[in-house]
Amino acid sequence: FFSQIDVHLELEERLAKFMRTEEAIIYSYGFATIASAIPAYSKRGDIVFVDEAACFAIQKGLQASRSNIKLFKHNDMADLERLLKEQETEDQKNPRKARVTRRFIVVEGLYMNTGDVCPLPELIKLKYKYKVRIFLEESLSFGVLGEHGRGITEHFGINIDDIDLISANMENSLASIGGFCCGRSFIIDHQRLSGQGYCFSASLPPLLAAAAIEALNIMEDNPDIFQTLRAKCERIHKALQGISGLKVVGESFSPALHLQLEESCGSRENDVKLLKRVVDYCMNSGIALTQARYLDKEEKCLPPPSIRVVITVEQTEQELDKAASLLKEAAQSVLN
Amino acid sequence: QKNGISNGTLNKKTFIEHFEQAPMYVAVLTFLGFGVGTIFGYLRDFMRAWGLEKRNIATEREQQKDFVPLYQDFENFYTRNLYMRIRDNWNRPICSVPGPQFDLMERVTDDYNWTFRFTGRTIKNVINMGSYNYLGFAETDVNALKTVTIELQKYGTGICSTRQEMGTLDKHVELEKLVANFLGVEDAMVFGMGFATNSMNIPALVGKGCLILSDELNHTSLILGARLSRATIRIFKHNNIQSLEKLLRDAIIYGQPRTHRAWRKIIILVEGIYSMEGSIVRLPEIVSLKKKYKAYLYLDEAHSIGAVGATGRGVVEYFGMSPDDVDVLMGTFTKSFGAAGGYIAGKKDLVDFLRTHSHSAVYATSMCPPVAEQIIRAMKCLMGLDGTTQGLQRVRQLGKNTRYFRRRLHEMGFIIYGNDDSPVVPLLLYMPGKIGAFARRMLEKNIGVVVVGFPATPITESRARFCVSAAHTREMLDTVLNALDELGDFLHLKYSRYSKSAHPELYEETRLELED
Repeated sequence: FFSQIDVHLELEERLAKFMRTEEAIIYSYGFATIASAIPAYSKRGDIVFVDEAACFAIQKGLQASRSNIKLFKHNDMADLERLLKEQETEDQKNPRKARVTRRFIVVEGLYMNTGDVCPLPELIKLKYKYKVRIFLEESLSFGVLGEHGRGITEHFGINIDDIDLISANMENSLASIGGFCCGRSFIIDHQRLSGQGYCFSASLPPLLAAAAIEALNIMEDNPDIFQTLRAKCERIHKALQGISGLKVVGESFSPALHLQLEESCGSRENDVKLLKRVVDYCMNSGIALTQARYLDKEEKCLPPPSIRVVITVEQTEQELDKAASLLKEAAQSVLN
Repeated sequence: QKNGISNGTLNKKTFIEHFEQAPMYVAVLTFLGFGVGTIFGYLRDFMRAWGLEKRNIATEREQQKDFVPLYQDFENFYTRNLYMRIRDNWNRPICSVPGPQFDLMERVTDDYNWTFRFTGRTIKNVINMGSYNYLGFAETDVNALKTVTIELQKYGTGICSTRQEMGTLDKHVELEKLVANFLGVEDAMVFGMGFATNSMNIPALVGKGCLILSDELNHTSLILGARLSRATIRIFKHNNIQSLEKLLRDAIIYGQPRTHRAWRKIIILVEGIYSMEGSIVRLPEIVSLKKKYKAYLYLDEAHSIGAVGATGRGVVEYFGMSPDDVDVLMGTFTKSFGAAGGYIAGKKDLVDFLRTHSHSAVYATSMCPPVAEQIIRAMKCLMGLDGTTQGLQRVRQLGKNTRYFRRRLHEMGFIIYGNDDSPVVPLLLYMPGKIGAFARRMLEKNIGVVVVGFPATPITESRARFCVSAAHTREMLDTVLNALDELGDFLHLKYSRYSKSAHPELYEETRLELED
């Protein structure tokens, strides 16, 4: 109702053009994007195959959709294939029901909980073999992976039409608030009437939409910032190796890494306290770090406690080196 | 400082709500209209399936033709055939601030609403009766937004972190203190999105083994939050205290369904003003029920904060009650404050619990600083802390506008739902054909209205919903009322069977005299 402003339309067009898809739709909150997109397509009785390390927003979207959820081990394609084969044998017992149950795979481009990428080419092969649709969640990989920052499809060189729906957060790379979904018009148009976070909620303030457009302009005008970012990520990844007591979890080109304890001290609480002392030491010496926070009781598969290290492209190399050496010092003094 | 409540009169307000039923022939004609639409829908589907008519909607990819179809044909029947015909009345894009008047982008369709194209012209100064701009804070006055621009330059737009990790700024702390002060409670917590406030905090407050009693016409966000919490949900009739009491008694006597143990918590979910009906919750009765049966009350004041009450503090003030009576006060900043986001307020223990256990605090980004500053400025204006009486004037103006608008519509003979004091005015249209006609003709007269039909409302009760704002002047309201009068006669919308007062006849007589 009169809440679509021309700025929103422009942002949707720009995003669709940038990602080279037909259409894009904007949500006013990042969490609500994937949590409303999944229930719009997957209803009671449909089957969704999800990675174990999926983020909380995906879990809530799946809970709201009331579908059958099957978890497969993190990045383990053999496990996923086993589940798909089981589903196929079930289908042959009841072909009428199989013809109407929809099947989806939900994966993230760059996982927030573990920092690694999903093996997209194998997923595409599985998609056509078992006739499953893929929903890709690109919150961390949008604006990071790929030559021009288009995300994991560009990183692996896959045709974007092979993915049914790409959903991403504008809160990470674009430094605005909100989220968007992009894909073919056939799929995206359905969300305009049935996406709960779209129909029943206020739209994005024009200030933030304009900020996102500006960020897109910067991304399109300077395509070499992605290269710089990746170089910095590799640098800090290398610099953080070999800290006694902490191991680095995450790919070398991921800007959000986790530092986990090599050997846990028994209970999760003690681990958390120990990591807190490391973080406090760093805070007092001028480096802002944070522990990755989870709701202990609500997560399906709780990741181990860790410190999250995030890099921006604006930090200079000296700052990165200083940060790495401070972390080494902190780990030395606290853990030994 | 207010005087104490005088002896014996707890609730001096007379509670007038109307839900008039239309004559029988209207219901019959409505069903007939839908029946004709459905028959033609089947006919068109048949012609499309046999290739006699073009298929205009997007279709599946060639490579994926043998996948299980994504949408069932029947689910989209309503969308394809009935909604498509009048689709041009929704999602109209505007190109200015949604104040009391706005500029609309002109859009035409060449193929009966399947696609739209913008002609590039804008329709200027359309009177806005559709935006939730109750106190008129959606403005672009440079003086008013000075502080917001300063904050924008200081903090930028993005936070890029959650509340518990790195996302709590001093602005958030300031805003939360201000909200708690405004409502008269101990503490408050703010979130980035109104819809998400409900859907992420209700699961944190209740869980399995708890009972949720929710009103029939609650908003989708409340229903989603209740479903995600995995508690048992029972629904009572809209604003019906007897129905609620019966449910409470059954819950306490029989306990949980199979084990018959006592429920861990019983929580009542209600809204301050219901946006589709315009009715106000019966707060004093519900509070007395809650005290008698020891349940908790969750009040969603999305539409009522800033809009009702003598100084704009919501339904709690409207009924003269103390905010301690309500356990969880929730509201959004989207409607009366011209910003975005939501809050939950109440006792300090409650808010501290939410700071650690709310899903939004751990996984969702916090509110962005310029938006927080806009809310701070609007709230300070409302409370009078900026030194002017502008806030109070806005609230009074809204009250005057509401009462005038409703009175005139009653006199003209339309059927209006809702309480006499609520700024949301639904005008009943009933028949599907009139929905499209009404919206299009009002646009020709340069007035933008919102029409709603099935599935947001029951199938026989489609309506046009007006939102009165403090920024509307008497002339604007008169323009709208005159247009409604003309249109009401042209489309036969004046279904009300109440006898009209003597005043309109005098009014018409004077008009005739002037024409002479």
